[in-house]
Amino acid sequence: MSFFDLLCKYKNFDYDAFFAQVTSEAIHRAITKNRLNEMDYLTLLAPAAEKHLEELAQRAHSLTIQHFGRVIFLYTPLYLANYCINQCVYCGFQAHNKLARKKLTPTEVEQEAKIISSTGLKHILILTGESRYHSSVSYICACVEVLKKYFTSISIEIYPLEEEEYTRLVAAGVDGFTMYQEVYDEEIYAELHPAGPKRNYHYRLNAPERACRAGIRTANVGALLGLNQWRIEAFCTGLHAEYLQRTFPDVEISISPPRMRPQLGGFMPPTEVTDKNLIQYMLAFRLYMPRGGITISTRERPQLRDRLIRLGTTKMSAGSCTAVGGRSDSESTGQFEISDERSVIEMAKMLYSQGYQPVYKDWQMV
Amino acid sequence: MADILNIGGWELTSRLFLGTGKFSSNRLIPDVVEASGTQVVTVALRRVDIDFEEENIAGYVPKRSILMPNTSGARNAGEAVRIARLARAAGCGDWIKIEVITDNRYLLPDNYETIEATRILAAEGFVVLPYMSPDLTAAKKLTEAGAAAVMPLGSPIGSNRGLKTKELIRILIEEISLPIIVDAGIGRPSEAAEAMEMGAAAVLVNTAIATAEDPVSMARAFGQAVEAGRTAFLAGLGETHNKACASSPLTGFLRE
Repeated sequence: MSFFDLLCKYKNFDYDAFFAQVTSEAIHRAITKNRLNEMDYLTLLAPAAEKHLEELAQRAHSLTIQHFGRVIFLYTPLYLANYCINQCVYCGFQAHNKLARKKLTPTEVEQEAKIISSTGLKHILILTGESRYHSSVSYICACVEVLKKYFTSISIEIYPLEEEEYTRLVAAGVDGFTMYQEVYDEEIYAELHPAGPKRNYHYRLNAPERACRAGIRTANVGALLGLNQWRIEAFCTGLHAEYLQRTFPDVEISISPPRMRPQLGGFMPPTEVTDKNLIQYMLAFRLYMPRGGITISTRERPQLRDRLIRLGTTKMSAGSCTAVGGRSDSESTGQFEISDERSVIEMAKMLYSQGYQPVYKDWQMV
Repeated sequence: MADILNIGGWELTSRLFLGTGKFSSNRLIPDVVEASGTQVVTVALRRVDIDFEEENIAGYVPKRSILMPNTSGARNAGEAVRIARLARAAGCGDWIKIEVITDNRYLLPDNYETIEATRILAAEGFVVLPYMSPDLTAAKKLTEAGAAAVMPLGSPIGSNRGLKTKELIRILIEEISLPIIVDAGIGRPSEAAEAMEMGAAAVLVNTAIATAEDPVSMARAFGQAVEAGRTAFLAGLGETHNKACASSPLTGFLRE
């Protein structure tokens, strides 16, 4: 069964009717259960579960400590290029937006790598827009070749590729993969992606499986929160993560719950996702997949990020910059505005003050 | 006579091995080692960072302890072997705990790949301690492959569920000539003592110590429990019975 077949099961599902019949007893049962099924997860995403957040939080916290310990894995993003032929209506880098387009040369990649590696980080996430011309697989491989000298774990967040192309990147030294489906609802997806290769919903949806088959070690999926009703998107993301874990048991699976941020173009997200909603999502996911990673980026503001550490988070970005070459050139435009501008040292200090160990290195290229 | 555990030519007096992956700070490790009395500390090579002295987990393991790098993250024998070689090249010594895990849900080890990695690394002169699912055939093959000890799991890693595999471990203790070290799943000192009473050579504990409210005190408690369990084993535990047994036997007069 493909993941799309699984999603189709819920295509005409009446979420409102389901949520309306969720009782406190059902929520309590799901919280205390050893292994949750899909419906238990959806139960914990119901509006009625908002009244049980503390109970959920206690369980989620202890599960996270049990499986991950008192540690938070750190990484930072490095934007290699912002050329893009897609027209995602919500993205600052989309083809029609007027901004200086740029891609880093290997020398510039090295400059940025030096700046980042001086913070002690050994895990880097590299990003590009979708442009097979400007950001070809060969170009990305060449960047990886440079970055390998400075980092022991390299993840990609780029346009979807063929399995053989992922195999090439794995051979070059890439071990991690991130791809947001953006929105799992196929119709909304079509509206938000009016042109460009990204219009192909299925090609993107199946990309994580192609990457896993190609031998990637960690795969991270997510929906961009704000584009559709968050409860449904959170549910689909959880199903996707669970499906991948079941299909590829040797791959470490994680999710990101990114919320929309202000960006060039001024797109207003159609739905609001409050702090409370975000937290309910994280807690429900932790109970559904006790060993699944949860990544919290600098999209969230410092005060909230500090609190999310005890609410299921396993990985956080630090010292982030969403502009191409932005660490050496402060004039360039970023993909979106970040909220937490703290340096790696400041993040590490904060984590220690909360009784958590910042982990700078968690993989060794072999 | 001193009760010595001999592994790979080393004579150990402590039978508690310590894991390190879940502490709130690496700076706790020296105190935990001290309180527990442990002499063998395992560290995932994936976490070792020789470029960053302040945060390098291996740098916090006291010099008098044996550093046992582990191959956490390896998904097959080839990766485990490469990690072991990297560890040795990084100055982590000859001990290696093999972990080959292809199942992220339960973190259960792959015995087949583990046997293969053991064979290769033992031939290269490593002191190989393989983490395994308790299975007699696999344990025999690990012995033939040159393992220095066999490390069956008590229950899944981090589960704190205790000796769920007790019967299988008991069989390994009876049948395998190598030291049997119970690794993973031990959630409380009483369970560590139980493993030692059964005749396990040692236990390895990580989560239960690292995630305790007070890891240093918990480390001490585990050290004491392991010692108590070992002493009980050596003292020869009495039999257990379903019914009461009179301490003044009824037929005692027949021997008079």
